[in-house]
Amino acid sequence: MIILTTVMDDFIIRALLAGLAIALAAAPLGCFVVWRKMAYFGDATAHSSLLGIALGLALALPLMLGVAIVAALVAGIVALAGTRDGFAADTILGVFSHTALALGLVLATIVPDARVDLLDTLLGDILAVTESDVIVIWCGALAIVAVLSWRWRSLLNATFSPELMIAEGGSQTADKLVLTLSLALFVALSMQLVGVLLITAMLILPAAAARPLARSPESMATIAALIGGVSVAIGLQSSWTWDSPAGPSIILATSIIFMLTNLVQFFRR
Amino acid sequence: MQPSQLLEVVGLTVKIGGRTLIDNVSFSLQRGEIVTVIGPNGGGKTTLLRALVGAMPISSGTITKAADLKIGYTPQRLTTERSMPVTVDRFLALAGRFSAALRLEAMQKTEIAVRKDAMMSDLSGGEIQRVLLSRALLRKPDLLVLDEPTQGLDQPGEEHFYNLLSQIRSASGVAVLMVSHDLHVVMAGSDRVICLNGHVCCSGAPEAVSVDPTYLELFGRRASLALYQHHHDHSHDGHDHSDHSHG
Repeated sequence: MIILTTVMDDFIIRALLAGLAIALAAAPLGCFVVWRKMAYFGDATAHSSLLGIALGLALALPLMLGVAIVAALVAGIVALAGTRDGFAADTILGVFSHTALALGLVLATIVPDARVDLLDTLLGDILAVTESDVIVIWCGALAIVAVLSWRWRSLLNATFSPELMIAEGGSQTADKLVLTLSLALFVALSMQLVGVLLITAMLILPAAAARPLARSPESMATIAALIGGVSVAIGLQSSWTWDSPAGPSIILATSIIFMLTNLVQFFRR
Repeated sequence: MQPSQLLEVVGLTVKIGGRTLIDNVSFSLQRGEIVTVIGPNGGGKTTLLRALVGAMPISSGTITKAADLKIGYTPQRLTTERSMPVTVDRFLALAGRFSAALRLEAMQKTEIAVRKDAMMSDLSGGEIQRVLLSRALLRKPDLLVLDEPTQGLDQPGEEHFYNLLSQIRSASGVAVLMVSHDLHVVMAGSDRVICLNGHVCCSGAPEAVSVDPTYLELFGRRASLALYQHHHDHSHDGHDHSDHSHG
């Protein structure tokens, strides 16, 4: 709240509002990324967003829409391709995500209408979010939270055992769709804020920091949301005070909280 | 299908990516019987069970289930990561709308109620199998489908598990279809055995299967030992039966 009282500049408030929405959506989604060991999958989806930006610019689509479409395509292909033909899942993931990344880098450089500021794309620029960005980000974040809450029990069961979830009447297709589409939407929403490089960090770090304090899946997600929100505030404050890049500062704040909560647990034993 | 039948499988074939996992498998299950599927690794035991519970698409054949057949299923593998904080009781609650009293009753049936508030990631292999079994029992099933419920257990653990299972069967009349590697307990505790190696090699009463040439070819000399153990085990089978018969 220091930020609200000392600096009333609009762009800081917009950044804070957008950051809080991202922290909220990242919490339950990040828990599943941690529980299901999907960090590499998250990275793969995030890296494909560069292609989304380039295509979005070339076709004059809204940036977030371009990114969401490409991320959903890459995540969907990888999730449904399976591993039947002898390649390990992470190899297939690597092939598709790096193809998308390389294609994005090439397009971003050679297509005249698609000139992309690579540094902004990689590191994010939370201080440049507009009012309509904030609204879109909040709507998207609430949609992610709503869908994950709706499918919560089924998603947890599939985390334990996909076969058990199906035997009890669930659907594996629905499970994969919910997680991959949520992830694609999250990538599109958060790319501008924390940058392509740190999107997965925004998912994993708050959840990992929350784990030592949690006794149930729900409390882990709730605590992760709080930690994410506090990190956004600290990161923006540091960005304001020391002119540090906002996205990386937010992640650093979460890293410090991660170390604190895990130290506390270490000494409790 | 006759009223005493729970399940009838005819010509079940499962292919994945051009590979035939099980081929033309037929059998039926009666109410209250314990049937064990044995066979070599890669023989399609897990595939068969997954196909029965709908977790594996079938390529051809039919699975006819009795009206309102309720199946309790335990998977071969459960991912219990330390990264996910979830208690035993909560894990049972994730099965659906079952009251705390019903969950406690199910945990008592498998003697896991003392671990009610333990974290799933802190349980031993045997405890996880008993938690899975209580979760399967929650929906008051007519049929338990258990995929290698004793893998990773030591000999006393296995015996304990099979004793529990036979108590539960005599109390509730539930039928059991399970996969096992453990020949001598299979022979002792099953009404019928299905030997599966891609196709059904042989099936029938344990005594008949254990002298079947195809069975002996698959399991070799260990098989005849299993038959010997079978008679031996029967003599002291009564481990606290009376205490739990109405659990």
